[in-house]
Amino acid sequence: MDIILDGIRQAFILLFSLDPEVIGITWFSLKVSGTATFISLFIGMSIGTVVALTQFPGRHLVVSLINTGMALPPVVVGLFVTIFLWRNGPLGFLEILYTPAAMILAQAIIATPIVMGISLASMQQLPRKLRLQILALGATRLQMVWILIREARLPLLAAVMAGFGGVISEVGASIMVGGNIKGYTRVLTTATVMETSRGNFDIAIALSIILLLFAYLINLVLTYIQQRERPR
Amino acid sequence: MKCKRILFLTGIVLAAAALAVAAGFTTAEAAKAQKAVILATTTSTQDSGLLDVLIPMFEKKTGYFVKTIAVGSGQAMAMGAKGEADVLLVHSPAAEKKFMADGNGVERRLIMHNDFIIVGPPNDPAKIKGVKKAAEAFKKIASSGSIFMSRGDKSGTHAKEMDIWKAAAVKVEGEKWYQQTGLGMGQTLAVAAEKKTYTLADRGTYLALKKGLGLDILVEGDGILLNIYHVIEVNPKKWPKANFAGGKAFADFMVSKEAQAVIKTFGVDKYGSPLFFPDAGKKVEDLGL
Repeated sequence: MDIILDGIRQAFILLFSLDPEVIGITWFSLKVSGTATFISLFIGMSIGTVVALTQFPGRHLVVSLINTGMALPPVVVGLFVTIFLWRNGPLGFLEILYTPAAMILAQAIIATPIVMGISLASMQQLPRKLRLQILALGATRLQMVWILIREARLPLLAAVMAGFGGVISEVGASIMVGGNIKGYTRVLTTATVMETSRGNFDIAIALSIILLLFAYLINLVLTYIQQRERPR
Repeated sequence: MKCKRILFLTGIVLAAAALAVAAGFTTAEAAKAQKAVILATTTSTQDSGLLDVLIPMFEKKTGYFVKTIAVGSGQAMAMGAKGEADVLLVHSPAAEKKFMADGNGVERRLIMHNDFIIVGPPNDPAKIKGVKKAAEAFKKIASSGSIFMSRGDKSGTHAKEMDIWKAAAVKVEGEKWYQQTGLGMGQTLAVAAEKKTYTLADRGTYLALKKGLGLDILVEGDGILLNIYHVIEVNPKKWPKANFAGGKAFADFMVSKEAQAVIKTFGVDKYGSPLFFPDAGKKVEDLGL
């Protein structure tokens, strides 16, 4: 019990004394996971919307693959991204292994199916007749998609939260493709792993609390936006 | 028809996202990539905090940027053998000799040593406290059926442990009392402490974690327990993409007077005794416990 209390005290000391290393790691975690989530929103929402609104042969197969992708294990992504980015690997010419770019890439791969799957489900649960009605009112196809996205914005925000939550809390891929390099690719989760193996449990707990705090704050903001108007 | 337009727009968005990422890659990273040195090392050098002192010194002096990848010695050498690291700091002499014989490294230089210790619960169920020979102690652990926690990760510590089992002529595979964590030294010590089992540890990591661990040093000082660290530059003839100049600069720095002086005193203020003994320029045969 003492160790947890120590950890909580340490967390507040680190946060409020604006410890430059902790602030740096926290800011960097938000930057990497935020960018990755942003990229996954573009790819995930566009493909999710297209799949939700069209019919084509093999659609069930595609949907089941997307849903499986939502459970993509981060370590598996980490392993394959590492192998591809090795200097002597197929994408070695990019020279980005053990850089923030590699972490963003891996996290975007993890978040994209999550965003895609939730977008797909939320667009699909809109009443079918709504589409016909919008088209009947003379909207172009593009206008229709825009209106549908607006209609589904509440569950779509859930997709953002799930995607962001998935990557900010992820450690397996980040440590493999980033390398946990001090002042360069160290994020809150990888720092927590390292401090634990160094036996600095108080700092590890402090970092965990900071991680939870930021995850909560961001979701609080998103929830506030989501619940601003009550769903009809 | 209109469906195609959606697909077209999707394509544009995808391409834009990909471009944005690619632009981020090239601008920010190109400058750093030139001067980056990938150091693959064992966990003990990072977990003890030694590299946190030495690497900033090296970076300040040379302008290189060091990417430290802390893994077991086995994995570090595998990275070197594939040309994915520029310089190695490892402690698994037999595997290192094979690494050099295979032409993977250019030069292998002695940096420092400390020692391994056999730690276990204070009540010592296998009665190994004070036993002079490590192999003898391992035999007693095996015959009493007390649980031994192995790293099991092909690290330098694991390689040393296998040497001692060999010397003790004990077969460990499939034995109920022989368990493997597959984790680093710090985590393995934590598991051993929690389950009150024996394990082999490097003294540096043990001292760094000792507080609140509840494991005692039971056997130490046997010659077989010597823990020797070497630095190896990866062969640029085999892997032209490796940053040989950077790797060599780091190796040269590690044997320099400056770095050796830091190694000599590192840990004294915190643990009362140094964690490593500097050995640059010495011969392995001259080291002893």
